[in-house]
Amino acid sequence: MNTCVQTLVSPPPSLRAVPSDGPARRLPGDLAIWFFILAELLAFGAFFIAYAFARANNVELFNEQQLALDRNAGAINTILLLTSSYFVVRAVQAAEASQGRRAAMWIAGGIACGAGFIVVKLFEYAAKFEAGVSLSSSTFHMFYLVLTFFHFMHVILGLVILAALWNNARRGRYGPGSMNGIETGAAYWHMVDLVWLILFPLVYVMR
Amino acid sequence: MQTHQSSAHALSHSDHGTPLRATVIWAVLIAATIVTWSVGESGTTGPAIVGLLFSIAFGKGALIILDYMALRRAPLMWPLLALGWMTLVCALIGIAYWKGLAA
Repeated sequence: MNTCVQTLVSPPPSLRAVPSDGPARRLPGDLAIWFFILAELLAFGAFFIAYAFARANNVELFNEQQLALDRNAGAINTILLLTSSYFVVRAVQAAEASQGRRAAMWIAGGIACGAGFIVVKLFEYAAKFEAGVSLSSSTFHMFYLVLTFFHFMHVILGLVILAALWNNARRGRYGPGSMNGIETGAAYWHMVDLVWLILFPLVYVMR
Repeated sequence: MQTHQSSAHALSHSDHGTPLRATVIWAVLIAATIVTWSVGESGTTGPAIVGLLFSIAFGKGALIILDYMALRRAPLMWPLLALGWMTLVCALIGIAYWKGLAA
């Protein structure tokens, strides 16, 4: 009788609904990180839309001052973030295949690319500050600095997370049965990449 | 041997795709970035160009969301929320661009 009741409340795996095309759908990593990611996406989205409508009210100023931005630096940074994301995906795949040391190597590659992003951005900021750009120099510059610096801080936090993942991976703490940590950190890093994919064409290219 | 078997098992049910798929997606993302950069360098403007730029951004974002973030096999709510965010942001940027043209 007890077994019958238990079966009704929580059916055995063989009776649980699964998609006909394969295993059950699963959210990778910790549920909390996905709510955090949604909150971050909403914050970045609000900034992007505010920029777009501020530009609509002052197209000439935005177009003129955007010309002075370093599009090469922006493109190099896009490539660095995409490559870093790719390395992190390979790290997750390696951990899933019980290759902890290889996962650590891929994460180290991801950290190197993320550090490259920071270096390029610092050079870009240095050139802008030398040219007299500041938060108060124009509406465009205010948006440019706030948007890119907000993202910059997320890259730094992402690098701290990647460093923790690297440390755990090289100690063999990830594997097919213990993917939660690496999937959680990877999801955050991909979010940092995702928002840059909008930021680059919006601030550096659209005119 | 046991490790090898568990690896094969893990990969056969992977939510994270295969290394080959990840590499092909990376190549597509880089190629798309070069197109966006070339548009910026060429100095061309207009609604069609902006439409192209944000179509590319949407496509890149969808690849990151579905494949790199591994939401393709997540409960449907999650990929829909992320893709919905991309759609909303790109659409509002497009509307703002039109507003700027009319001003």
